[in-house]
Amino acid sequence: MKRQAFALPFILCLIASTVIPMMMVAYYGFTDRSGSFTMANILSVFQPVHLKALGLALGLSLISTVVCLLLAFPLALILRDSHLGRRGFIVFIFILPMWMNFMLRTMAWQVILERDGIVDSLLNFIHLPHAQIINTPAAIVLGMVYDFLPFMVLPIYNSLMKIDDSLIEAARDLGASSRKVISSVLLPLSVPGIASGITMVFIPSLTTFVISNILGGGKIYLIGNIIEQEFTTSANWNLGSGISLVMMLFILGSMAVLQRLDKSGEAELL
Amino acid sequence: MSGNMGKGLRGLVPRRILLTIFIFGALFLVLLFLGLFLDNGRGSEKEVRVYSYGDYVDPAVVEDFEKETGIKVILDTFDTNEEMYPVIKNHAGVYDVICPSDYMVERLRKEGLLQKIDYSKIPNVKYIGERYLKIADGSYDPGNQYSVPYQFGVAGIMYNTKKIPKGSITSWSDLWNPKYRGKMLMQDSLRDTLMVGLKLHGHSLNSAREADLKEAVDSLIDQKKLVYKFANDSARDLLIGGSADLGVVWNGEVLYSRDLNPDLDFVIPKEGTELFVDNWCIPENAFHKENAEKWINYLCRPEVAKKNFDYLTYTTPNEAARKMLPAEVRNDPAIFVPSSALEKSEVLRELGSEANDLYSRYWKMYKSSNK
Repeated sequence: MKRQAFALPFILCLIASTVIPMMMVAYYGFTDRSGSFTMANILSVFQPVHLKALGLALGLSLISTVVCLLLAFPLALILRDSHLGRRGFIVFIFILPMWMNFMLRTMAWQVILERDGIVDSLLNFIHLPHAQIINTPAAIVLGMVYDFLPFMVLPIYNSLMKIDDSLIEAARDLGASSRKVISSVLLPLSVPGIASGITMVFIPSLTTFVISNILGGGKIYLIGNIIEQEFTTSANWNLGSGISLVMMLFILGSMAVLQRLDKSGEAELL
Repeated sequence: MSGNMGKGLRGLVPRRILLTIFIFGALFLVLLFLGLFLDNGRGSEKEVRVYSYGDYVDPAVVEDFEKETGIKVILDTFDTNEEMYPVIKNHAGVYDVICPSDYMVERLRKEGLLQKIDYSKIPNVKYIGERYLKIADGSYDPGNQYSVPYQFGVAGIMYNTKKIPKGSITSWSDLWNPKYRGKMLMQDSLRDTLMVGLKLHGHSLNSAREADLKEAVDSLIDQKKLVYKFANDSARDLLIGGSADLGVVWNGEVLYSRDLNPDLDFVIPKEGTELFVDNWCIPENAFHKENAEKWINYLCRPEVAKKNFDYLTYTTPNEAARKMLPAEVRNDPAIFVPSSALEKSEVLRELGSEANDLYSRYWKMYKSSNK
């Protein structure tokens, strides 16, 4: 009874900031402008334009999740084994850029990649051909990887840190090579961390509209851009809410799958 | 640790009191929260609540107004008309004076959200140029009853004369020239961008016919591969810095851009273009109508309008302020566009939700295409 009482303020906050807004989204999603019930907003996701944007968003966020994973796992291994001073310090260095708003960091990439920007000038200086990636899907993937990499590294690092050193020593005693230690001991034991890392990279990448706006030059439309447009310029909140509800299904689906792998709940550590 | 603390607390304070404290604490938080959002009280009589585009009034002008009249200015800002509309419509905020664009004036007026302006209280309106009032009269505000023009602008093409010979850009169709592939900027705003396609084919930019829109968007989709970037406010910086050679921009950017890069030139395409007029209006539920009138009257004062022009560099409809400007600015056809260049041009009109949905559908088709 007493413990529940402590939870009361938080439950009220939760109701005010999550439950009520969600109900409003659902209300708008299932009604038309005049306020009568309709499924048209939900079904509009099957319109070719929306399907295309959804497909592109799924594709790009899958690619960035895979790239993040490929970068993060070795990095987390290095962090685990590093004995450079206190481990906490290296993790701290890694989290440091996250103190700055991610919009600003994304805009910095815009300046770096712009024509006659830093990358362009450097390539020019050593007489390499121009590699224009700004305003292409590649730039968006770069932005996603850059913005969300820490969310992949930290849970994997956490789960690697929980692995007892004696397990690795035991594997070594039994004659396992370094590669075998990674593939048979470290990798399986860090699955919960990997699962929550994937959740935390895939979901924000799937729904982002800021990154595609800033680094895509407005030429590439992801599903997030469609939703944003319905709210800001088209003033069709009903359609925007309808598509948001469909996106929620995607998010809940991917979370349900990954939750099964992440039984220890690494995500909660962040 | 926490168990020990719990025990300690339990010993000191009875459970019921603790519970009560928490409930009241939570209620207090919730009320505070609500209070922040529902604070629509009248407030003091000596204030005026202004809702306008971000950075659309010289801060020095606001200060001077406060000093002179003793009326406190509460300035809230929005980025797009569409952002402002639901706030006014749902009375989410109560404002005394707002700054909507042409077509939004029309929508608000038709929905009865504006009140008629009492011109006897705003004598300085006599300084506003006849042709601006005529534009309003002929389209979004017949009889000029609800709006006072504040800023004016036209869309055109700005280009770098170092890369593109001066005089070779005359028409919207120049934006379809493959020579400029990857060097071109387009506006990133539904109506302002589709306007280019509509005008290219000689349609009205307010056409609600699907055939017109389809023709426009088909052409724009063909052109999209040539576009370097869709940019609104950053377009001028990309042109100044040389990342792009030509782009669709508003003429209000010309003075600023030419200051930093004298090679930039601005033309109004011969097919005609889009005009905009941003206006001061008084919502029907304004609390401080008199203060709102004082605010509008003050901003129509020639010295004040000139000060604002120096700050914003958007065309001022205030003819008396124009006369105070140096000759090269006053007579610059890019800034004070001659009326002859405006003949085929139009302001945006409110199209109704059905046509808006049509535009929005074609816009999404255009933006998500990748030919």
